[in-house]
Amino acid sequence: MINKQYASAAEAVADIPDGATVMVGGFGASGSPIELLHALIDHGATDLTVINNNTGNGEVGLAALIGNGQVSKMICSFPRSSQSKVFPELYRAGKVALEIVPQGTLAERIRAAGAGVPAFYTPTTVGTVLAEGKEVREFNGRPYVMEPWLKADFALIKCEVADPLGNLTYNKTARNFSPLMCMAATTTIVQTRTLVARGGIDPENVVTPGIFVNRVVEVPQPIHEDVLIAEGRSYP
Amino acid sequence: MSAGWTREQMAARAAQDIPDGSYVNLGIGIPELVAQFVPEGREFIYHTENGLLGMGPPPADEDRDLDLMNAGKKYVTALPGAAYFHHADSFSMIRGGHIDVCVLGTMQVAANGDIANWSTGAPDAIPAVGGAMDLVQGVKQIFVITQHTTKTGDPKLVEKCTYPLTGPGVVSRIFTDLAVVDVTADGFRVAELAPGISFEEVREKTGAAILPPE
Repeated sequence: MINKQYASAAEAVADIPDGATVMVGGFGASGSPIELLHALIDHGATDLTVINNNTGNGEVGLAALIGNGQVSKMICSFPRSSQSKVFPELYRAGKVALEIVPQGTLAERIRAAGAGVPAFYTPTTVGTVLAEGKEVREFNGRPYVMEPWLKADFALIKCEVADPLGNLTYNKTARNFSPLMCMAATTTIVQTRTLVARGGIDPENVVTPGIFVNRVVEVPQPIHEDVLIAEGRSYP
Repeated sequence: MSAGWTREQMAARAAQDIPDGSYVNLGIGIPELVAQFVPEGREFIYHTENGLLGMGPPPADEDRDLDLMNAGKKYVTALPGAAYFHHADSFSMIRGGHIDVCVLGTMQVAANGDIANWSTGAPDAIPAVGGAMDLVQGVKQIFVITQHTTKTGDPKLVEKCTYPLTGPGVVSRIFTDLAVVDVTADGFRVAELAPGISFEEVREKTGAAILPPE
């Protein structure tokens, strides 16, 4: 019987090596897999390339992973926020690299990787500095920029309900990039608020089919990044 | 109160030009105010790129759901008939030409419709593009709401953008505190002047040639 359940977040991230590329689900605070990120901080892998829309907030979760010196490069669309100090300071000090990708192109590059499409053309960035050095091709008289797929070794994902096969549902706008990242990573690690038995999710309501998921950890009362920040917490 | 439109009046004026039944994406800042001024008898459906169609107004503090936010990372509500979806679907709505109108703020907009609203290009600036380049290329009609000049009095409507572009030739109409300005094949043209504002004043405060109302 297939059972993708892991006993703990620590166990689920234990084989992430130094130098790995890691996708992290979430848009700002919503959907951020805080417990998996903190387990990765405890685990200590370094020289990571991290793919996320942002760069974390406060001194918890993704921002704490960056602040702990474990990230050598961020690939994201919006590395600033009113509550993000860690990344800007390290970036200005030259301690972490940045690849800036428009949000829709970021989503599509991840989706393309999951779908086995090595590259695609988009009008996004045409005529801007972000298109410099990239192939431009005309279709029906309009220029388009070629963008490559974006893969990862691991994805860290937060969901609402999972079953032992890795079928997932999400909560509202906490879904964001997560279903795409599940498809694009070699090993997808999911934390779920609720783990139900097989058949516990109506097949009509499955958002991420279990074929895209490798490991599931139940985290019954996940901490929300906004709550940690409101409490002024830091990690470790 | 001096002559011209307030932020709220600029937003209300922009809302007048959005057709009934439009799917609309609002940028951060003054554009967000447009949702408060939907003209009587019209319905707009709001899209937020982090995965919600049918976005409603901010909730009361006690009704907040920490997993229900907009692209500006503010808490919002979902109206009856709303839908949640992932980012590739969300940007398919944008890039696939399904969103009717996007209202954006800007740093500069040029007489040929170029817009620059994502980076000053300063050496120590941290670039942050978000979904702006996708929106300007994919949405059918791009409106801009902006003060006519910067805080230091420099024109924001210019002949050529000096900041890095978000997209070339994409803006169709601009709503400022002084006027409604169209981007035409002949450059800027005033479509409407705010109360108490003369065409001469608009011309003086515009950094490019501008045509009077037809």
